[in-house]
Amino acid sequence: MPTSRFPTRLPGQPAPAPSGGVKPEPHVAPTVPGASPATPNAGEAEILAHAQAGDHHAFAQLYFLHKRRIYSLCLRMVGNVAEAEDLTQEAFLQLHRKIATFRGDSAFSTWLHRLAINVVLMHLRKKGLPLVSLDEAMEPASEGGPGRSFGAPDLTLSGSIDRLALERAVADLPAGYRLTFVLHDIEGYEHNEIASMLECSIGNSKSQLHKARLKLRDALRAFPRQEARQ
Amino acid sequence: MKPDPNNMTCQQFQDQLPELIGSGEDAASHPHLQTCPLCRALLSDLEIIAAAARQLFPIVEPPDDLWEHIESALKEEDGSPEPLQEGSAEIQ
Repeated sequence: MPTSRFPTRLPGQPAPAPSGGVKPEPHVAPTVPGASPATPNAGEAEILAHAQAGDHHAFAQLYFLHKRRIYSLCLRMVGNVAEAEDLTQEAFLQLHRKIATFRGDSAFSTWLHRLAINVVLMHLRKKGLPLVSLDEAMEPASEGGPGRSFGAPDLTLSGSIDRLALERAVADLPAGYRLTFVLHDIEGYEHNEIASMLECSIGNSKSQLHKARLKLRDALRAFPRQEARQ
Repeated sequence: MKPDPNNMTCQQFQDQLPELIGSGEDAASHPHLQTCPLCRALLSDLEIIAAAARQLFPIVEPPDDLWEHIESALKEEDGSPEPLQEGSAEIQ
């Protein structure tokens, strides 16, 4: 049975290594040699146990193991460096308060990842930002709304997307579209999980993701023209 | 009434696209795409964007002094022990 060509991966898994057709930038090497924040190992289990027992040094080690993943997640979700720093701090403060309640029902990295997402969502709710963007008119887009694609296909993406252009386009998305896009396409959550987090329907999550991708397509197709004018 | 997949307008196809993609089925095999280069290009672009999102976004390093802020806040909360220097907790 044919399946979708839209890739999937489990939440908490790191992004795959870049392959052909993209312009990757090297990832920052982890501070802990050989330790991936998303990969549980015996050493981390011991550190976790000590941190749960109140060992401050062990908690600091957990921070250094997971800080990149959590900060990157916050940065993608809010699109703002200062807010991402505050939210990373809040996520680790929450972790400190709740670490004793971790029972190992899921991987620690998955649990922490979800805790951080909840911190970001709580923050956005407090700011009064809608976690689900209002539907925008689906007419041909020129004023920022995702448009239908009935025009000439003369600006189809080439398959080679500039990383900075994509990052900028994602940061410029309305909050609701950005959240759904980040949680699904970057972090690997399924629509039913996203619907639960954002308190919306599964259909709404699918619709938000689709509109996010349409807006990104518009932004990326406009990018070469903007660059050429500069 | 659902439109006939073999005789759809672009609007009808694109209305169904979020559900079609979200269902995990192979949207590229939809009959409308066999005769419509516009919608074929649209789907191809959306696939490129979804793939690029996973491959291009790097893991970013937070600022070096963030741990100091966290440690300071922890100390306020529960009187944690003496602060650790940046890097002193890293595993060698």
